[in-house]
Amino acid sequence: MDQPKTCRIKRIVEENPLTRTYFLDCNMKISPGQFLMLWIPGVDEKPFVCSYSGKETGITVEKKGKFTEKLFMMKKGDLVGIRGPYGNGFTKKKNAIALGGGLGAAPIASLIDEFGCDGIIGAHTKSNLLFLSRFKKKVQYSTSDGSYGFKGRPTALLEKKLSEKKYDVVYCCGPEGMMKAVIEICRKYKVECEVSLERYMRCGFGVCGACACNDRLVCKDGPVFNSRQLSGMSDFGNKGMIKSGKKVPLSEYFAWRE
Amino acid sequence: MLKTTFFGKGLKNPLVLASGILGTGSDILNRVGKYAGLVTTKSIGPVERLGNKNPCVLEVAGGIINCVGLPSPGYLHLEEEIHGINTPWIASIYGHSVGDFVKIAKHVSGFNPDFIELNMSCPNTSDGMAFATNKDASIELVKEVKKTTKIRVIAKLTPNVTNIVEIAKSVESAGADAITAINSVGPGMIINADVKKPVLSFKTGGLTGPMIKPIALRCVYQIYENVKIPIIGTGGILTGTDAVEMMMAGASLVGIGSATYKEGVNAFARIAKELESWMKANGYKEVKELVGIAH
Repeated sequence: MDQPKTCRIKRIVEENPLTRTYFLDCNMKISPGQFLMLWIPGVDEKPFVCSYSGKETGITVEKKGKFTEKLFMMKKGDLVGIRGPYGNGFTKKKNAIALGGGLGAAPIASLIDEFGCDGIIGAHTKSNLLFLSRFKKKVQYSTSDGSYGFKGRPTALLEKKLSEKKYDVVYCCGPEGMMKAVIEICRKYKVECEVSLERYMRCGFGVCGACACNDRLVCKDGPVFNSRQLSGMSDFGNKGMIKSGKKVPLSEYFAWRE
Repeated sequence: MLKTTFFGKGLKNPLVLASGILGTGSDILNRVGKYAGLVTTKSIGPVERLGNKNPCVLEVAGGIINCVGLPSPGYLHLEEEIHGINTPWIASIYGHSVGDFVKIAKHVSGFNPDFIELNMSCPNTSDGMAFATNKDASIELVKEVKKTTKIRVIAKLTPNVTNIVEIAKSVESAGADAITAINSVGPGMIINADVKKPVLSFKTGGLTGPMIKPIALRCVYQIYENVKIPIIGTGGILTGTDAVEMMMAGASLVGIGSATYKEGVNAFARIAKELESWMKANGYKEVKELVGIAH
């Protein structure tokens, strides 16, 4: 039944001052890239892609709006509701590399866990880097200011990796501008690419149309799309719908989301 | 075989995307329009409106409960939304006053929709059902809108009245060209036992899906017996046989909404195929032959 099922917050891990991982006491089979609708009773309900989807279910959340502020006030043992998992996750392939930029590292981390592929996690500076101690060999880190790992954009590190080794697919989640750049890089290196989109959602299961990106529903047709699908979606990297259904430039959309 | 006409407009089949489902943007409507005879926009309102918070669309036994609450960019943004539409469409509009409806109908007519549907029966706002639950208010509304536009006007009715036939006769007498029946039923409520509170943000929500099909059939059946204008029968249609039954009750066209749950846009292609198979197996050549034969 697609209704929120209540569960307790099992554990909260502070990743950095503005980002926490909430482990939820629920039993759910989730593929990397699929999302949950998280309900805080009396507040609202929002989609979150899982950052842990194996033995434990966890979401990694950045404090940036009213909903996440409420979540940051909650403690271990508090009651939330979840429904899902929804949407299409990433497609498992061999010889893969995954790139997570900023909070986009959340789904990418769960993917690296499950698929066992190579990974790149990038942020502006070391204090924003997520999951620094989570991975051993397979993941390389990048920071724009060079405070940790590769100095520069994670996309530059990706290009370096693609020029060194033949990969069959690149998985990516992060700011939409970055994902657009990654698609271009993949085109240049003739590698398949799958990215995860974010749009305002209501139902999460393909009925209400709130998350439409051109003729695709991010909740049901996505949230993971491949480069071929994205080539027919002119709103990708350009436009998003706010709560009223008004389509606005992406910068305005993300400003509203915060 | 499924081809039909509605007021002279040629349609590839009698299936209609119900209002509020899958959105208003021309891209998504065009995608549905590959499989549906007609598509209806989400209701277009007088000003930008956010709708209700989440949770606002959930599953219940036998269907869906929703309190989406008429989000709309407002009618002045219609051009951005509808630009490039290339499939027969119904513009659904709503307002808080007759003046709102008239103003929006006038503006919308400029975009040349095939039909205008008056959403006079939304249960998810404080005053949404006011028009379709009151005989005099429904008459005034339809009369005024009809004066404003040359586009054919469809009145969408709520089942949440003592006597839907009375309202149907009223809108017919006021000049409505057709009727859509029914809007969602209820409203209903769900409560979570652990949280000890209603789950929907608006507390209540309209019920749709297979559970309301018997109510929709009854309403369409009764309306058909009492008015001459055609009916778009909507409510809980999930299969080709459901569509057949709805037409037998008296619907000329059949609205599809909750069937997209789980199945998405594919629901239209499947229902159309099932409808065609049923007609072939039962010796019918045109959908019009089915309309009202249960009487």
